Amino acid sequence: MEITKSKKKRKAGIANYSKYGQMFIIPFIVGFLLFQLYPIIYTITLSFTDLAGWETELNFIGFKNYIHILHNDHFLQALKNTWIIWGMNFIPQLLVALILAKWFTDNAVKIKGEGLFKAIFYLPNIITAASLAILFNSLFGFPHGPVNQILIHFNVIQEPFEFFRSKPGTRIIVAFIQFWRWYGSTFIILCAGIMGINPSLFEAAKIDGASDWKIFSNITLPLLKPITLYILITSLVGGMQMFDIPFLLTGGGPDYAVETGMIYVYNQAFTGNRNFYMSATASVVLLVIIMVFSAIIYYVMNRDKRKVSR
Amino acid sequence: MKNRKFSKKVIKYFVSIILFILSVIPFWILAVNATRSTEQIQQGFSMIPSHFMSFNYEVLTGRGFGFYRGFANSLFISTSFTLVVLYFSAMTAYALVVYEFKGKKVIFSIIAFVLMVPAQLSLIGFYKMMLNAGLTDSYIPLILPGLASPATVFFMRQYLLSSFPVTLVQAARIDGASELSIFHKIGLPLMKPGLATMGIFTFVGSWNNLIVPLMLISTEDKYTLPMLVQLLKADIYRTEYGSIYLGVAMTILPLVLVYAAFSKFIIAGVALGGVKE
Repeated sequence: MEITKSKKKRKAGIANYSKYGQMFIIPFIVGFLLFQLYPIIYTITLSFTDLAGWETELNFIGFKNYIHILHNDHFLQALKNTWIIWGMNFIPQLLVALILAKWFTDNAVKIKGEGLFKAIFYLPNIITAASLAILFNSLFGFPHGPVNQILIHFNVIQEPFEFFRSKPGTRIIVAFIQFWRWYGSTFIILCAGIMGINPSLFEAAKIDGASDWKIFSNITLPLLKPITLYILITSLVGGMQMFDIPFLLTGGGPDYAVETGMIYVYNQAFTGNRNFYMSATASVVLLVIIMVFSAIIYYVMNRDKRKVSR
Repeated sequence: MKNRKFSKKVIKYFVSIILFILSVIPFWILAVNATRSTEQIQQGFSMIPSHFMSFNYEVLTGRGFGFYRGFANSLFISTSFTLVVLYFSAMTAYALVVYEFKGKKVIFSIIAFVLMVPAQLSLIGFYKMMLNAGLTDSYIPLILPGLASPATVFFMRQYLLSSFPVTLVQAARIDGASELSIFHKIGLPLMKPGLATMGIFTFVGSWNNLIVPLMLISTEDKYTLPMLVQLLKADIYRTEYGSIYLGVAMTILPLVLVYAAFSKFIIAGVALGGVKE
């Protein structure tokens, strides 16, 4: 018995180890099926039912929820808010990060203390968003928040301003916090991208007499495209799921100005009637939006790349 | 020409220093106001610390802000989650690199695809599933999902492909070591640098997570730190500005300390994240 077994092993060569490979990935597969695939399928399933409150039986009602939610002003407003806040944060974030990355990778004018600047620019990113939300809630507090005190002190305003009663004010604050948390990360990633570009390209352009700006726009930017694509998609995916900051800053107010898609999802399921069906439907709509826009961005940026290489 | 270079330099430093201040000043105000009394905070703005910290602390803890409990809970959850993520991601990545087996390609495409799926959007299904299983108000749903962390597997796979000598495994086999002990004694130690990078980001991500524990945990004794922070918005603290600042400061301090120790390492990791794509 023993002998035939070992003979078999020898014959099979590498292949007999394959069962170990399969065994080693079992925990991952189990975790994936239980905690990722199943919840997604279950969420999609729930979106076709009318499950709410503490009910347990699934009652299928077809596409009713989708028809309902796409006519729901409250949800559409939440979607709009999510996009507005994301755009208000992402565009300046990318611009500032690009400029900083250009400066910090410029060998002609070296910036001293580069490591310290990087560390400090990135600092807000690592701090708990929940804590930051409460911090900014206090900083912009009314009437005695430090921001109000400073603005009055420098005569920018005469009376304390109630930031969290103003829709644009609150939106700007949320977008600012997002910008503030993420520009450092984007900057560091772009720096790494620029430093990964073959230096002889820059040298050759310089010898040809190209200006600084020309080099940046004709060499650096096009070569940064894959990394910009990565930043854009990760930021979009994260931005569409924005929750912590607006939720703890004002709970989505005033007048739903910063209620994001994810806050809508949360509130539908965990407040009032616990409308899991609405919550699940909203999740699926958000999921589809993220997938579609990621695909569009990916397609558009790669189409451009093909053109350039031709 | 020299003049132009100089003015360029001035602009660069000026903008960088402004951003530097912008990054630091909210934390500075936070630290200062944590030491000031509520009256002082209401009277005016100051950049100089005062001496009311212990008073603020008493008010804060006197009204049920269980910082140490929350800290211990967060520490337990994040450590357990990180260990689960690292061990099983390393194991999966190791299997994908060292072994040849049926379905390997399928598994890898699943991992690459799931990377793009936003996890939060399946939370309602996740919550209902845990409710059905009687696992709400438990830490299990906060830790066990670490079994499958596609991003970590993806990263570790790249790491192994670029640096792992598969011949070592063959040598160990000749010595008669079992496959699992080869993974433990050769695979894991060689993956350490990569695991450290992923470990710190996994830990911080778990530590800062708000929405998942918020959905699942209901007993206040089991609250994590980010959940505890929201109590500072409750009515009992409404006029206790000094205590609110101190509470926020206490929740931030552990991360600031970790960051002070590992910032170089963390920034190198952030840079890696973009380059690997």
